[in-house]
Amino acid sequence: MKFLSSIGKYVLLMFRVFRRPDSARQFRIQVVTEIEQLGFASVGIIAIISIFMGAVVAIQTSYSIDSPLIPRYTVGYITRSTIVLEFSPTIMSLILAGKVGSRIAGEIGTMRVTEQIDALEVMGINPASFLILPKIVGAMLIFPVLIIISMFLGIGGGYMVSYLTDMVSVETFLYGVRSFFLPFEIYYALSKSVVFAFLITSVSGYFGYNVRGGALEVGKASTKAVVQSSIMIILFNLILTQLLML
Amino acid sequence: MIKVENIVKSFDGNTVLKGISTEFKTGINNLIIGQSGSGKTVLMKTLLGLHQADEGSIMFDGREFTTMSEDVKKEIRKEIGMVFQGGALFDSLTVQQNVMFPLNMFSEMSEAEKKERVDFCLDKVNLEGKNDLYPSEISGGMKKRVAIARAIVLNPKYLFCDEPNSGLDPKTAIVIDNLISELTREFNMTTVINTHDMNSVIEIGDNIAFIYQGNLWWEGSNVDILNTDNKEINDFIYATKLTRHLKKT
Ligand SMILES: Nc1ncnc2c1ncn2[C@@H]1O[C@H](COP(=O)(O)OP(=O)(O)O)[C@@H](O)[C@H]1O
Ligand SMILES: [Mg+2]
Repeated sequence: MKFLSSIGKYVLLMFRVFRRPDSARQFRIQVVTEIEQLGFASVGIIAIISIFMGAVVAIQTSYSIDSPLIPRYTVGYITRSTIVLEFSPTIMSLILAGKVGSRIAGEIGTMRVTEQIDALEVMGINPASFLILPKIVGAMLIFPVLIIISMFLGIGGGYMVSYLTDMVSVETFLYGVRSFFLPFEIYYALSKSVVFAFLITSVSGYFGYNVRGGALEVGKASTKAVVQSSIMIILFNLILTQLLML
Repeated sequence: MIKVENIVKSFDGNTVLKGISTEFKTGINNLIIGQSGSGKTVLMKTLLGLHQADEGSIMFDGREFTTMSEDVKKEIRKEIGMVFQGGALFDSLTVQQNVMFPLNMFSEMSEAEKKERVDFCLDKVNLEGKNDLYPSEISGGMKKRVAIARAIVLNPKYLFCDEPNSGLDPKTAIVIDNLISELTREFNMTTVINTHDMNSVIEIGDNIAFIYQGNLWWEGSNVDILNTDNKEINDFIYATKLTRHLKKT
């Protein structure tokens, strides 16, 4: 019951969020700021995790394929598929849910308990739209870019393994990376990342916007934002995979 | 003038306002007083539509506010300045950016004109030269003054202040009170001030509405309030040893 009423409140909030911005000029400035703060600020963590995970996937695949019946280029193929289809879009979004989600809920929640949201409203501004829409738009624009970076670096991590060890030769690895490639996979991965961007920013915005109380509640809202957006990502990952992979 | 009629507001069965009717006149300081928790903030936020009134009518110079569409409300709100209890300055913006914020959102002014207007307002609240500090870098009294500057930057017709001098020492508090009072007269605003501070009441209380147990219990001026024999008012005013001592002398 509580769950259903939360969904209802979330939907109502989204109706307020998706309104024409009160000032188009301010909106553009805000979107650029969000792209910087939500996007560029996350490149470091995305890069490190992607490179290492790509390397680990390559090593483990190579280790598991012990049979002469399976060609060695499978290492490259599996590394690429894993990275492009699941690792970059889904796992990276989960990481971003932690980083970006807590930040958004914390920022908006603090504005709520210090009456900054009331102040916006009294000025004749739609605070829901003013605060949340630029984050949603910014994230939906920049997440796909982050995911593409993650894909390149993840495959780069696998390439490093092939270069530095003798598990698989560089040529064989790269041959595998290029094998059975469907451009659709990229489309699938980027579509997912756009949906996840929306989920993370809107769900975290919802938890921040509805904080009541003080600093303690802001902290709780941040945690809830991360947990709930992660659950949403996992759930929608399944739904989208079903839809898009049919 | 703001005319309020029979405002009722409750939260989950707890009726905070039980039918408040009064008038806030233009060009004077209209004070709302009452104990902490008596519903002053709720009343002010209800007047502004931050809380939805359960019943009653709110007229801003003849314009009924409660039944307005969200878009028309927005237009009225551009005529309203509000100073929140904690200041409610935007943490991520400097003093100048805070005061300029409403201009950035709503005015067609050039950058130079905006800067000039901001400096004018900061000057009004005696904060010239503090433009580039962040809210975290200034004192409580300064925050209140920045909040006042931000509230008046769009030349509002109505000014709302929620406990503008709470948390300040008595001397700074009086400075803030007098500042609001002077601005009210200079710009002929309809000013509504929430307070539980007796100093403010005596200093600037042109008209005072006393809220008690959800009702408007008593109304009058700062001269009347010292001469009334209303029991609840007297309990409120003479709550401290200092005021009781002053009464005797
Ligand atoms: N958003 C809210 N939800 C539920 N109760 C509230 C809310 N805001 C205020 N109240 C209650 O209304 C009463 C009056 O509060 P308030 O207007 O803040 O008092 P004050 O006169 O000190 O400003 C308090 O009992 C408070 O608990
Ligand atoms: Mg209050």
